[in-house]
Amino acid sequence: MKAVSARGEVVLEADEPAALRAGPPRMSLRRLWRFKWGVAATAIILTIVGSAVWAPWISPWDPLSVDIRHRLGPPAWMDGGTRAHVLGTDQVGRDLLSRVIYGGRVSLIIGVAAVLVSSSIGVLLGLAAGYFAGRMDWTIMTLVNVMLTFPFVLLALAVIAVLGPSLVNMIIVLGIADWPLYARVIRAETLAIREREFILAGRALGMSHARLVFRQILPNLVSVIVVIATLQVARVIILESFLSFLGLGVQPPTPAWGNMLGEGRVYMLNSWWIATFPGLAIFVTTLAINLMGNALRDWLDPHMKL
Amino acid sequence: MKRYALRQLLQLGVVVVGISMLAFAILHVIGDPVLLLLPLNAGKEEYERYHKLLGLDKPVYVQYWKFASRAVQGDFGKSWYTDTPAFTLVLERMPPTLYLTSAGLVAALLIALPLGILAALKRHSLVDNLCTMLAVAGQAMPIFWLGIMLIIVFAVRLKALPASGYGTWQHFLMPAFTLGAFLAPLTMRLVRSGVIEIMNMDYIRTARAKGVGENTVVVKHAFRNACIPIITVLGLQFGQLLGGAIVTETVFAWPGVATLTVESIRNQDFPVVQCAVVLLALIIVSVNFLVDMIVGLIDPRIRLG
Repeated sequence: MKAVSARGEVVLEADEPAALRAGPPRMSLRRLWRFKWGVAATAIILTIVGSAVWAPWISPWDPLSVDIRHRLGPPAWMDGGTRAHVLGTDQVGRDLLSRVIYGGRVSLIIGVAAVLVSSSIGVLLGLAAGYFAGRMDWTIMTLVNVMLTFPFVLLALAVIAVLGPSLVNMIIVLGIADWPLYARVIRAETLAIREREFILAGRALGMSHARLVFRQILPNLVSVIVVIATLQVARVIILESFLSFLGLGVQPPTPAWGNMLGEGRVYMLNSWWIATFPGLAIFVTTLAINLMGNALRDWLDPHMKL
Repeated sequence: MKRYALRQLLQLGVVVVGISMLAFAILHVIGDPVLLLLPLNAGKEEYERYHKLLGLDKPVYVQYWKFASRAVQGDFGKSWYTDTPAFTLVLERMPPTLYLTSAGLVAALLIALPLGILAALKRHSLVDNLCTMLAVAGQAMPIFWLGIMLIIVFAVRLKALPASGYGTWQHFLMPAFTLGAFLAPLTMRLVRSGVIEIMNMDYIRTARAKGVGENTVVVKHAFRNACIPIITVLGLQFGQLLGGAIVTETVFAWPGVATLTVESIRNQDFPVVQCAVVLLALIIVSVNFLVDMIVGLIDPRIRLG
């Protein structure tokens, strides 16, 4: 069906598939305003990432330099605070601001690396379960259900207890513990896509399973994967900092938000700032990541169910 | 219903076996218990003797079988630290954890139910937007930090509540709120979307047409029906709730299973860690099974699907 305007131009073609007509998302100012929270959150994340990357140039002090004479110094705006240490100093006189800036490195590295591990495992298993169905599906989904019912924290605690705390072990543990969510979503999407005509057509053309899965199905799932992965970075960062908080994660003196919080807890009776600022850094980071993830979802596909 | 129950039971069995293997692996596959038990200056002979004594010279599946058959009888071995049976130690610490979990659930509902219903009834209003913001912020909040901030404000500054410990009802307030704040965002979103969905149903229109008062419509007709999906999801979130309780316990030095587990991990007291992991998993799995059964009874579509 074609609608023709007064000047004889075709203005509407109903047969045309919706995907072609819509084109890539247009960036008008009004559209940008709708995602104001997401844009603000992205700016915050870029700031945090930037300050972590360029920490040696930005931070006013060496995060490890001890200065016992100025220990437990309050933030600049309080009585007894100095402008040299804007957020105050910790129990051995290390500059808190510098440590918070450096601490972002650990959280971001572990967050991103663990998500790369978990999304790779989860996407592969999800594709396999959804595409091959049957016994493979049952096995993978049982495993997913086992892992989803069991608290993530306890699992990570138990494994770290034996492997011993280190950066690489944290990435492995968090990466392995976090894949079931991807597998579940990807499986459901794959099940739906598998029934579409273009897959049938591909099969009729004699495409291999690998080609169908990776070249025909996977590209349709990219936006879902990007959104989940973004949101999971926040979750992994919280978990990582909890393990470090318990002293089972990144070990002192390496500054990490979690272990700073754990050390600060001991001094919270008199020096509230040591525990407050690292925690605030975690909160702001995860909040910004969540807001960006939500905006990303609405931008890429408003109908996505997550 | 019988087939549905059997299928769920089968899955339950798989989960329990899987968790027990994991707990076994913690000690026997990844680490060497003899090295942990013996003093550093012990000789090779001593090592061999203990190796045999613990049955480590046998193949792994024999060791696992021994571990599993003992575990079924509640025998996880003795704690290496205090020389009491691990099972007794863990069981002693179980009630505080369960009380905290229940208190957290109540707190979450007290926060989430009124806000969720209000947000659903006044959709896209200022209240709704504020609730959404609160939920987004709540989900990003590391609850161990929230707990510490509460302690600094209410215990250190205002001296109104005890900072840690267990005993009186005052001890419950901050931990329960912390755990509640962990679960409330998800619950609130569920309540909101549930109530919105149901307010558009035909029977709500019928009730209104009959002249039923708006309050009765919301409470009796809408909310009751919105409860089913809420119960389901909350029941299945029980594992996560227990995970939140683990975090909360360590912040408030709550004498529950989680504090015991963390202490035992620090002391490398692995029988206790194994026992705690297996028992907590059993509780989670049983709760999930019960929820599945209840939901299956209420809603036939689920057990037949």
